[in-house]
Amino acid sequence: MTATATAAVDRSVHTAAPRRIPLTRIVGVELRKSFDTRSGAWLLAGIGIAAVVTTGAVIAWAPESEFTYSQFTLATGFPMSVILPIIAVLSITGEWSQRSGLATFTLVPRRGRVLLGKAIGAAIVAAAATVVTFAVGAVGNVIGSALAGTPAVWDLDTADAGRFTLGTLLMVFVGFGIGALVRNSPGAVVAYMIYAFVAPGLLAFLAFNQAWFRDARPWVDFKHDQDALLQGGSLTGEQWTQLAVTSVVWVVLPLSVAVVRLLRTEVK
Amino acid sequence: MISVDGVTKRYGPFTAVDNVSFTAAAGRVTGFLGPNGAGKSTTMRVIVGLTPPTSGTAHVLGRRFADLPNPGLEVGVLLDASAQHAGRTGREVLILAAQTMGLPRTRVAEMLELVGLTGDEASRRLGDYSLGMRQRLGIAHALLGDPEVLILDEPANGLDPAGIRWMRDLLRGHADRGATVLLSSHLLHEIEVVADDLVVIGHGRIVAGGAKSDLLATAGIQVRTRYPDRLTDALVTAGVSYTAPRPAGPAGEGTDGRPCRTLRVDADAESVGRIAHRAGVPLIELRAADGARLEDMFLELTAATQRDPRRQGAIS
Repeated sequence: MTATATAAVDRSVHTAAPRRIPLTRIVGVELRKSFDTRSGAWLLAGIGIAAVVTTGAVIAWAPESEFTYSQFTLATGFPMSVILPIIAVLSITGEWSQRSGLATFTLVPRRGRVLLGKAIGAAIVAAAATVVTFAVGAVGNVIGSALAGTPAVWDLDTADAGRFTLGTLLMVFVGFGIGALVRNSPGAVVAYMIYAFVAPGLLAFLAFNQAWFRDARPWVDFKHDQDALLQGGSLTGEQWTQLAVTSVVWVVLPLSVAVVRLLRTEVK
Repeated sequence: MISVDGVTKRYGPFTAVDNVSFTAAAGRVTGFLGPNGAGKSTTMRVIVGLTPPTSGTAHVLGRRFADLPNPGLEVGVLLDASAQHAGRTGREVLILAAQTMGLPRTRVAEMLELVGLTGDEASRRLGDYSLGMRQRLGIAHALLGDPEVLILDEPANGLDPAGIRWMRDLLRGHADRGATVLLSSHLLHEIEVVADDLVVIGHGRIVAGGAKSDLLATAGIQVRTRYPDRLTDALVTAGVSYTAPRPAGPAGEGTDGRPCRTLRVDADAESVGRIAHRAGVPLIELRAADGARLEDMFLELTAATQRDPRRQGAIS
């Protein structure tokens, strides 16, 4: 504990003007921040554990006729669709709830760059998760059909993979938007849960009982359109339009409002 | 160098910072002094761009903070040592910052050693840190990029006496090597010991500012003698004013039974010496009077804005 040791770095090192922090570095730091905490590590572990457990469950309990690539991938994809948006939520809310934003936004005062880094990081996580889903699904498919003594059914193509990736990305950005809007970890997670699990049930109930809503639902229910993407099968032109409309209303608009507010607000 | 120009921050009808202007110069420690809730933290947050001011501007090294390309290398900031993710280890917090600034990983180990955090402590999570450990980590975080400006909000909080002494030496050393150090505190003694310049804030307004030596300078000579009556007569004849504080008790008794009195004279030492010499008064002591301690000044300046209601009437 001596003060003299401070002189470790020569002041002349900084005679050259510092260069702007590259975006790639911000992305790297933000990715690391998503998984270097206890909660982050558990969420990551949870994805792996859930993928293995659900694959095992399909092999153990599903009828052999359902031992197809799409079934395995769907089973693995479901827990991931729950966890990934929460990672996106926490990547933003943690800066406020845990107050690490004080350090983050003084090291990178251009907040838009931090947000962009977080968004790219979330997209990378979503893409990596898609790869894992298809890989674990393939392994499950091979093991399952081998155990059943039937030839493995490979019923997914690259278009399916593309739709799945898009669906996962949209989900992650819903989490991102809710996180940026609410900026409080428990509040944002609850809001996401309501969006992902409570609202779809209510809307389905409404559609079941009210004929007028049955036709309108695909134009307003974003989760409904998202699920169409995730559950495989090609979408009709009308379905793509519906997805685009609901994406703008439920992702682009809230995210824009949230980002504008976040750039101006006080970081406490 | 830090310059704050006419910064005002309002929250609805409440004005937290009211037209604050000051500069913190390179090579000097500037103490930012004020009672709780005076606006110190808000001002510092405006300087580093976390709080948008209602009006006014703040510049660090001639630029707005947001325009610094890699601020960590130029400005070390510690606003709140507890404001870190409780689930991260101390080392991880520094690694993230080093990675953001583009510094080698070895710098993290150097800083941990500098602030006296052991490898074992660095591997613990922030949630398990004491306030003193967080403060040390926060200082390591601020020093990581070897910045030429330091902005520290109450860095002595939670440090033990040895830690406070260590930090004082560290800040002094930094300023002596040409750095600009702005440090806030409500601990008067801490600031008085380390600061070169002072900015005193109360109720969101700057109430005093300048070099510590100027602010603490008081006119007057303290003189002690066993012949106070002859001396005061001579002073009056010479037209020099003086005050006579109460006698210092039995210790003032001399061997011949004459009491020893202290006077405070409004003149320079040489004049007082001449007057005493001409009057034939032997002096026991002749020196510059003790300055009014910064504490007195601080209490005086901020009394009107103190939270303690007993002080309200004293000044106003």
